[in-house]
Amino acid sequence: MQTAWGANEHKNKQASLSRQKRRESVVGYTFIAPSVILLLVFLVLPFLLAVLFSFTKFNLLRPDKIQFNGLDNYMLLFQDSLFYKSLFNTLYFTVIVVPVQSAVAFMLALLVNQQLKLRNVYRIAYFSPVVTSMTVIAILWISLYNPNEGLINSALNFFGIPKQPFLRSADQAMHSIIFMSVWQAAGYQMMIFLAGLQGISKDIYEASSIDGANRFQQLRFITIPSLYNVTVFVLTITTIQAVKLFVQPYIMTNGGPENTTRTLALLIYQQGFQFRNAGYASAISVIFFLIVVVISFSMKKFFRDK
Amino acid sequence: MTDRTAKLVQNIANIIMSLLFITPLLWMVVSSFKPETQIFADLSSLKALLPLNFTFDNYIAAFDRIPMMKYLFNSLFYVTVTCISGLAVNSICGYALAKLQFKGREFVLMAVIALMIVPFESILMPMYFIVNSLKWVDTWYALIVPFVANCFSIFMFRQFFMDVPNEILESAAIDGSSPMKTFISIVVPLSGPVFATVFILDYINHWGDFMWPILVTTGESLRNIQLGIQTFFTLPPVYYGQIMATLTFTTVPIIILFFMLQKYYVQGITSAGIKG
Repeated sequence: MQTAWGANEHKNKQASLSRQKRRESVVGYTFIAPSVILLLVFLVLPFLLAVLFSFTKFNLLRPDKIQFNGLDNYMLLFQDSLFYKSLFNTLYFTVIVVPVQSAVAFMLALLVNQQLKLRNVYRIAYFSPVVTSMTVIAILWISLYNPNEGLINSALNFFGIPKQPFLRSADQAMHSIIFMSVWQAAGYQMMIFLAGLQGISKDIYEASSIDGANRFQQLRFITIPSLYNVTVFVLTITTIQAVKLFVQPYIMTNGGPENTTRTLALLIYQQGFQFRNAGYASAISVIFFLIVVVISFSMKKFFRDK
Repeated sequence: MTDRTAKLVQNIANIIMSLLFITPLLWMVVSSFKPETQIFADLSSLKALLPLNFTFDNYIAAFDRIPMMKYLFNSLFYVTVTCISGLAVNSICGYALAKLQFKGREFVLMAVIALMIVPFESILMPMYFIVNSLKWVDTWYALIVPFVANCFSIFMFRQFFMDVPNEILESAAIDGSSPMKTFISIVVPLSGPVFATVFILDYINHWGDFMWPILVTTGESLRNIQLGIQTFFTLPPVYYGQIMATLTFTTVPIIILFFMLQKYYVQGITSAGIKG
């Protein structure tokens, strides 16, 4: 009797345990369901469709007239000089903005990581462009870059430098956008560096200054090596941000002059929505996605191997 | 170098850099309160950065030409709804991924992390196709629904909830509290900071929405504030004072929000950096 009862209890316990487990599973699925459904419909599905569309020819507004055309879009793409130009511009922007912006951010972080009375004021100054939306900043800087009546040309004039055409010139337009973008986003990376700096133990600095290390030696041998991981993170997110360049050229130059500021994101937008080549634009999107993936993975690998 | 001279050098460097960083925005705000002719007259001297001949005329004139208030409310409305619904949906998902046991949990987590890399620009075309098929173009749904679930937010929540002690959850379960009740009445009240962080990161992000609203708000009625100022900028006659007034006006709400939640915003940026 007793053993039977014990076995029964054991069985009951197991049953209730597995019931509890099942109940927890049901709860788990219910909790993730809203997010998962939304992500499936508005992230995974569009992603798959982008791949599918890249093998078709159709007008976005007439999806009933969709036609498969195999690899035609890709063939076209690899012969399109505008695509290469946009790819080049995108990479050019990235290759310059990433190191410059990270270096400026690092320097700013060093500058505000001290016991200075006004350091919160400085921090807010560096950070205020980050909070301001890119649309506002782009419009503001069109005015600043105005070749005739802009603030920057007036300032240059003050130092005896002749007027510059900035956004109106094929040589200067991209550099003008780069300069503005560094100004806009350096404060963001500064905050990340700052958190990294504050994570370094003060004892190391004290010990090294007892040993006679000067400030530059401390920077070279303590600060910079300690920030390795933070730097990798900053470089990675800045790169991924940079290859998406869109709002600045869209508002400021519309890709001109002479296509010198046309980027991949801008090309996708123009092909898809202005020229209505949804298939072709999707092919560019797929290439664009692959570039982002390759960059992030190779950066991860490169820095991990070091 | 003594500490004192070092400090002096640092202060001077900071002052120069701060001025460089703040001048464009200062000029924007100051010019918005100046008569048009004064803006250009002052351009070549330091007077460009001083609020001389203070006036509200630019604001009055600009507001007369475009419905700025409407754009402001449009933006406030859809961004707020997106972010609040996002908090609900993403927090509960992050909680399940952190604390509940179910088959496929690890897979979902990996998928959420992997999907963070998909740039919006690369799915723009099919996204429009889907929204158009749902007949959502020129409705609030188009601006809100696709952006409620957010992989980065889910991940932030999950990381935060991982640190909630299991004992609290277990004792609540023993007391007969359902998982949903435990989440709402015990976990959420403990998690103010992560909610604030996700909220402000998301808010600043969507406040700047530009590419998507161009596509899905074809009419005037749902136009957001970024699109509003951009159309105004291209609308002749161009008056700098009025443009600066609209730019300043657009920036004010986000600056207020930033100062209210500054601590959490910085925490959000930096925690992603240190953990990631």
